[in-house]
Amino acid sequence: MKLTQTDVWRGLAILVVFFVLAWLPVVPGADGWLSIVVPITMYTVLATSWAIFSGPTHYVSLATAAFFGVGSYTLALGLESVPYPLLLLMAAVLGGVMAALVGWATLRLSGVYFVIFTLGLAELIRQVFTWYQNNMGGSRGSYVFTEFTDKHIYWQLLALALLVYLVGWLINRSRLGFAIRIIGGDESVAKHSGINVAWSKIVLFMVSGSVAAVVGAILAPRFVYIEPAMAFNPQLSFMVVIMALLGGTQRLWGPLMGAIPFALVWEFIAANFPAQTTLLMGVAFLLVVFYIPNGISGVLIRWYHQLRAKPGVSHE
Amino acid sequence: MSSSVLLEVRKVVKRFGGLVAINGVSFDVHEHEVLGLIGPNGSGKTTMMNLISGALPATDGYIAMDDKLLTDLPTRKIARAGIARTFQLVKVIPSMTVLENVMAGAVFGHKKLWGQALAVYAERQLERVGLFGISHKPTADLTYIDQKRVELARALASDPKVILLDEWLAGLNPTELQTGIELIRSLRDDGRTVILVEHVMDAIRSLCDRCVVMSTGNIIAQGTPADVLADPQVIEAYLGEDYE
Repeated sequence: MKLTQTDVWRGLAILVVFFVLAWLPVVPGADGWLSIVVPITMYTVLATSWAIFSGPTHYVSLATAAFFGVGSYTLALGLESVPYPLLLLMAAVLGGVMAALVGWATLRLSGVYFVIFTLGLAELIRQVFTWYQNNMGGSRGSYVFTEFTDKHIYWQLLALALLVYLVGWLINRSRLGFAIRIIGGDESVAKHSGINVAWSKIVLFMVSGSVAAVVGAILAPRFVYIEPAMAFNPQLSFMVVIMALLGGTQRLWGPLMGAIPFALVWEFIAANFPAQTTLLMGVAFLLVVFYIPNGISGVLIRWYHQLRAKPGVSHE
Repeated sequence: MSSSVLLEVRKVVKRFGGLVAINGVSFDVHEHEVLGLIGPNGSGKTTMMNLISGALPATDGYIAMDDKLLTDLPTRKIARAGIARTFQLVKVIPSMTVLENVMAGAVFGHKKLWGQALAVYAERQLERVGLFGISHKPTADLTYIDQKRVELARALASDPKVILLDEWLAGLNPTELQTGIELIRSLRDDGRTVILVEHVMDAIRSLCDRCVVMSTGNIIAQGTPADVLADPQVIEAYLGEDYE
């Protein structure tokens, strides 16, 4: 399909927004802000790429931490010998391959098995890394020494975010995007329409896994010292799910609407109630599912339609 | 009805655990005919449809179309080979618009349409089934009957050789029934082959070139509607003793 004029204007507007955002670190006194802006950007990228797969298919993936950790370790272990950009590429490939294997093994099963499998996967990989480092590596973790500061990490994440939006937009207007919406609607209709259901799901899961692995690689220098418990922290997977659901997965920009407020609130909670974080995360999860099942973006879209419908009532 | 055999069903068996739903069934479907698959509830008609469309794998036996073996092919390949269907319990995607539901049929099969051509083509299928001016409505807003029409339009959009209609006429009022019968007849006139599972006797009599009557997983009669409906075995098993 061709680009419409709206597409062009929207694309330009988004580029301008990213351009402005890119200047943030140079604003005097922005150093303090970056410590919260970096996690927000990170969660936006993770939640958006999560929703590209899980939104239409309704398969809840808890494998984000697994991909993230693999990405972090790719960087940590390869930093001495491989050029940095190549490491990001390797993380993307590893994440994609992992997603393909997991997808091939589990995506034919129903959603419940998939959730459990993905949660177990992160734990399994974490144990393997722990065992390896304890018995072969000689130390518990790895140092990641780079010249990167928060602003470099922020710029990389911002570029990745732009790429994720572009890929998501391209998928949405492709046959694959249409196929995945049909699959999410009714899998037997999809099969009877000639769609390769397993393949479509696997490709999207690979996109999501690749992105999460690259995010892990980009973030590794921020930790300086990484160990399995940090890199494969299951809390990350849950945070991503909550943010994506809070924002809503119907639109590409939905998860952004969840990542910003939740990351801010989370910062506050972590600072003031460090012992109750898991409990509060559970509460947040319940509230989102019960009160805004379509997410903030869903509410915004409804308001928008109501506003537009008002002058048109007489036509109906 | 001397036209060539399009679909061959041979010694097909379907078991669900200990239950034998289809017990070694064989029949032919000829090109450009309307074949009625009739019989009492639970006789295995819908299971037979599911085996033909590939929604379920057969336990034994084979189904072939144009000398191409369909058994053991994944559902999507059977669909791409030119078999489309509607479902007994209507299956549309409520979150999509009417047009999108229909478009689904014409993108992934042997018709690989996309863009403007796809929209125009899907719109035409909607008109074909008698739906006008509702293409951009959410499918969830439609009545049950109109959803059935959307489902048929989706099946037609794939330009199938064989179209399976599972009680598509059920629940229509007399006027709608008449339109429905005309519509199905027009599919045959297009050169398609229609297999329909139906309980509406008027439709069976006026539409079907041949009927296959099933009872508890076996074929008990086949032939023209007039012949099978007069068969004593069919009357006993399906129609009831006092059927005139």
